[in-house]
Amino acid sequence: MTRPPSPLRALVRPASLSFLAMVASGLVILFGAPHVLDTFGLVQMTGFTAMAMFALSQGFIWGYGGVMSFGQAAFLGLGGYAYAVGVLNMGDSTVPVFLAIAVPMLFAGLLGYFMFYGRISDAYIGVITLTVSVILFQLVNTTSGSQYRIGEAELGGFNGIPAIPALNLPGDAGNQLDPEGIWYAAMGSLVVVYMFLRAILASRFGRVVVAIRENETRAQLIGYDPRLYKLLAFMISAGIAGLAGCLFANWGGFISPTVFGLTMSAQVIIFVLVGGLGTLLGPILGAVLIQWLTIEAGAQNVIDSNLGLGAILVTFVLLIPQGLVPVARNLVLRLGTALSGRRMRAKPLGPAPGTALAGEVRR
Amino acid sequence: MAPDLIGLLGFNVLAGIATLALITLGLGVIYGMMRIINLAHGEFMMLGAYTAVAASDAGLNIWVAMLVLPPLVVGLIGLVLERTVIRFLYGRMMDTMLATWGISLGLIGLVTSIYGNVVRGVSTPVGSFEIGRYGASLYSLVIVAAACAALAGLYLLLRLTKFGLILRATMQNPRMAASLGVSPDRIYMATFALGAGLAGLAGGVLAPISGISPAMGAAYISRAFITVLGGGPAILTGTGLASTLFGFINELVSFKTTPVIGDVALLVAAVLLIRVLPQGITGRYLRRSL
Repeated sequence: MTRPPSPLRALVRPASLSFLAMVASGLVILFGAPHVLDTFGLVQMTGFTAMAMFALSQGFIWGYGGVMSFGQAAFLGLGGYAYAVGVLNMGDSTVPVFLAIAVPMLFAGLLGYFMFYGRISDAYIGVITLTVSVILFQLVNTTSGSQYRIGEAELGGFNGIPAIPALNLPGDAGNQLDPEGIWYAAMGSLVVVYMFLRAILASRFGRVVVAIRENETRAQLIGYDPRLYKLLAFMISAGIAGLAGCLFANWGGFISPTVFGLTMSAQVIIFVLVGGLGTLLGPILGAVLIQWLTIEAGAQNVIDSNLGLGAILVTFVLLIPQGLVPVARNLVLRLGTALSGRRMRAKPLGPAPGTALAGEVRR
Repeated sequence: MAPDLIGLLGFNVLAGIATLALITLGLGVIYGMMRIINLAHGEFMMLGAYTAVAASDAGLNIWVAMLVLPPLVVGLIGLVLERTVIRFLYGRMMDTMLATWGISLGLIGLVTSIYGNVVRGVSTPVGSFEIGRYGASLYSLVIVAAACAALAGLYLLLRLTKFGLILRATMQNPRMAASLGVSPDRIYMATFALGAGLAGLAGGVLAPISGISPAMGAAYISRAFITVLGGGPAILTGTGLASTLFGFINELVSFKTTPVIGDVALLVAAVLLIRVLPQGITGRYLRRSL
């Protein structure tokens, strides 16, 4: 006989446990890192955090929405540029942060309307998003010269926008954050975005999005409009990528058209693929791992970074298409099954920790 | 507008259409026949251009270096990549896109390691001629001729030869073809090599008029992708029609503004087009054409 779960029992469900564990470790890193690392290390971690959030945006739309966005860099770049132009004009960074989220969302809404309501195939969506980011790259690249300015901000073409003012305390333009403050802002927003995405995926909206990924026709027959849900998911993902762009601009104090580049779009795909499609932890870990490897390889100067990235991408597609996090989880599960199977062979296995959410959304 | 200006503009539009057809054909063959979107297409073109540079530096006749060697060399590279990577991924469209993207990055990295990240060039083998007061490049005529030759050659290959017949049959129904004694595996291999070779040809032909660098492919792929999307499933008719439409728009807007705005106009036109015709032009009209 099954009873409805009490609130206390709901808390110890595997999904809630994994969620709490993730948020707790996020908070530990957030408050622990400044005590352990020097300023250089902290700044490097801030860069990783920006890329991790970028990877989350891709992991959400690709892994849960089933939309192949190959031009996610377009939203990263739009967010970064929106922040830079906004903050140079206003002086205060409060509104520009919202601009960095809103501009990519609006752009994604417009582009997504034509794509999803045109009902084009998944592959075409990949190609169009890719093309959009390439063309944005070329467009921003040509904006050198003082005639290309938005208010006070010169776009600067290939050289980009230097000396972007950092975030300040909301509403207090004189009080700019130091590198440690930027770290708290970056890692704090990563934790918030993670919680936000977990909440979305647990909500009715998120379940419909996943249902559409699993079987679009069936979801439509039940009465949901796949076009609308895909469009909204696409816009959410674009907003997160835009926030990542804002953090990226804060991290370097500088932004150039390379944020729109193909390498950037490819990198984020690799982050998600390496970490694990259909998880949220995977993209974060993938981003940190690959960024770290790229920096190490750059310092060693052994191989060209493009060559390395390409090799990683081909290897993972051919050999480990599900990514590292799911592989590790299956390994742990199999180990657990083997151990418990030896002890009590007859008992049917319940869901293992961490599988409740992921198991539903992954094939 | 003066008549000679109109003449020049018309000539440039023609050259633009031919360029578009040339850079799209290889992508169109692989997509139309095998349903694989080859994201390494731009890099295949880049390899074709580098082949032309290397061959002409080695003292080979410039025409041989541009028109004969690139398709052969890049076709061979395509063959090797198909055997080592692509063939394991048939039927998994997204994975083939990701794998070809990986190949694309890898090729950029490889060529950068070998030649360095510098821009190289090949001199144009022919001069210019005049339309009224304006000078126009004779080389554009070479591009038009190459595009026409490639389209006609492909048509004849698919229409008249036994290989073309087997190829089309395999694409329509691989199992039936297999039961009649054809090996689909080998046909896919040949098709991928053919598409790669056509990309190589485009790279070789365009080498004299482009800056040849490891990342040059990115300059072409957006236009090539748009044209394939706009064209739809029929390779030759689709490529021809979409190149004409988009080449016309691109050249006119580029003439009025800048080439980059021309590309933006191309993208906008394509996005509007797929809203109306999600399957491309030949998805609705002329469906039974080649």
